Amino acid sequence: MSSRASILEKVKQNQPSALSELPNLTFLGLDTFDVLEKYKTVLKSIGGDFVEVSNYDSIIEFVKKNYATEKRIITTIPELMEIATLDWFNADPHSLEDVELTLVKAHFGVAENSALWVTDDILGQRVSTFIPQYLVIIINKKDIVATMHQAYERIGNQEYGFGTFIAGPSKTADIEQSLVLGAHGARGLTVFLMD
Amino acid sequence: MQHSEAAAIFNQDEKRVDWHDETLWFVREKRDKAAFQIPEWEVLRETASQIKNNVLSNINDYLIEFEANALKNGIIVHWAADGAEHNKIVHSIMEKHGVKQMVKSKSMLTEECHLNEYLTEKGIDVIDSDLGERIVQLRKEAPSHIVLPAIHLKKQDVSETFHEFLGTEKGNDDPQYLTEAARLHLRDTFLTRKVALTGVNFAIAETGEIVVCTNEGNADMGVHLADVHIACMGFEKIIPQRKHLGVFLRLLARSATGQPITTFSSHFKKPRDGKEMHIVIVDNGRTTQLGRADFRNSLKCIRCGACMNTCPVYRRSGGHSYHTAVAGPIGSILAPNLDMSKNADLPFASTLCGSCTNVCPVKIDIHDQLYKWRQVLVKAGYTPTVKTIAMQGMAAVLANPTVFELAGKAGRFVIKNAPFMVNNSLNAWSKQREMPAPPEESFREWYKKNGKEFKEKNNE
Repeated sequence: MSSRASILEKVKQNQPSALSELPNLTFLGLDTFDVLEKYKTVLKSIGGDFVEVSNYDSIIEFVKKNYATEKRIITTIPELMEIATLDWFNADPHSLEDVELTLVKAHFGVAENSALWVTDDILGQRVSTFIPQYLVIIINKKDIVATMHQAYERIGNQEYGFGTFIAGPSKTADIEQSLVLGAHGARGLTVFLMD
Repeated sequence: MQHSEAAAIFNQDEKRVDWHDETLWFVREKRDKAAFQIPEWEVLRETASQIKNNVLSNINDYLIEFEANALKNGIIVHWAADGAEHNKIVHSIMEKHGVKQMVKSKSMLTEECHLNEYLTEKGIDVIDSDLGERIVQLRKEAPSHIVLPAIHLKKQDVSETFHEFLGTEKGNDDPQYLTEAARLHLRDTFLTRKVALTGVNFAIAETGEIVVCTNEGNADMGVHLADVHIACMGFEKIIPQRKHLGVFLRLLARSATGQPITTFSSHFKKPRDGKEMHIVIVDNGRTTQLGRADFRNSLKCIRCGACMNTCPVYRRSGGHSYHTAVAGPIGSILAPNLDMSKNADLPFASTLCGSCTNVCPVKIDIHDQLYKWRQVLVKAGYTPTVKTIAMQGMAAVLANPTVFELAGKAGRFVIKNAPFMVNNSLNAWSKQREMPAPPEESFREWYKKNGKEFKEKNNE
């Protein structure tokens, strides 16, 4: 007998005979609070930063002022082509190793943990938000939900090959519980909150 | 070596034990702060527990559903009955691609199966990419904690290890500096490896996707730059639907480190175009545990480590004293299932205070199971004979009032007149403590003189 068949047979034999019901989730995540304020507070507390803007020009201006624009900057957003390239979607992902800054959009954000949901159709390449030294994510203020329950309601049956929640910059506390930002991924995350 | 012996060695450096204890308690406090910010925290725990109960009662169907959906997504699915088969499968994938190097993110399952040792013997170079795991790997140690693998080490230890292997400045123990050195070293690894192995936090039956949570981004750096992704999971990682992730992702990081969520919660559903993704579903004793009605609840575990951080015994004995891949309270109820004779000491490495059960995000009755394992192990004859004889002796004394009274008198007499008889190394109770001063009389004797009914009797 294959391992598959023998495992499944043993599982069937040994699992409890009575089926336990799945709980109802509809009463979870109903607390009301100011989602935008909560989002900002939590993001700050986990090492991220935010800037409120009303258009892409303000983002371009901010990037020029605050990032090393002489280095490689990539994006998936055509409106930002003045400061970043859009020709890397089909390149070997290893060739992105010298990227200083990646700018992408998120589908939505989650207030309770400041996470941002991105999937491969807006990432250009899956590695694009992990490999750069710094990361910028743009989100519409109206696209912030309260908790993870609303987040998965919103994701629903969305089709993707890869999707991830990103909450703050990459970090570690593996050396004596001292928090260090920039473990393997981005050293800093700035979220642009758009009107 | 038994847990108590290893703990005695760990306890020799008192200052270090204090530091270990405080560091883990600090993490427990962070967990509390995070939990208290969620008014419905207890409802969340109950919901998570109910979802996991449903999973256990229907796991056969969920596994079949998961496999079918994963196959539809273009993922190759393997099944391994035990650790040896798991290791062989992983190696065969490496061989098929003619690859001799692997980058790995955290997976306690591969620790349980001793994958690294197996692959190294086969001539494969494995690099662990989680910072804590890389530190212990360089030191040829095992992780001492499932979430904080290097929690037993001080920054000076890490500094010495990195000086030796990564060429960092001698004596520079700044965590920022050391982390930066590891970042550079591992970046090169990520860029050159063709095969990346990850663990699995959750596998969703409904969609055939898996979710991997990290703070460092190491799982993603490995996978998105490799040609082949191998994800290894114990079959109990299955959850029914995507929406259930909402419950578990709210609980996991808050319980583990007090963060509202891990930095990255990555959902892998399909391989990149032209690349390969494998999932290895492992039994290794889990079906047996599923059949033990008293202990099957241990399979609800989501590996947050909260039970370790809160455990007074874990904090003061260190993870390595548990001589098993998963240490602490949860490890002590999982390990006897794998090998009763080797792990018979572990359910006794507890005060049964119940703190583990109180913090468990999926409401596993950990301390009850520890207590039940003790009974199973004693009945099966896996506990030391000395203990059995002592217990039988105690039972005889407690069962007979005359003998009990006599024993009490004798005990009080000895402690008073010949304290050296009890304050010596043969008496385990006198280790790290002085025996108390003996009372003049037993409660029974006192009550005879002062109890209400006796007084009345005397007054008659």
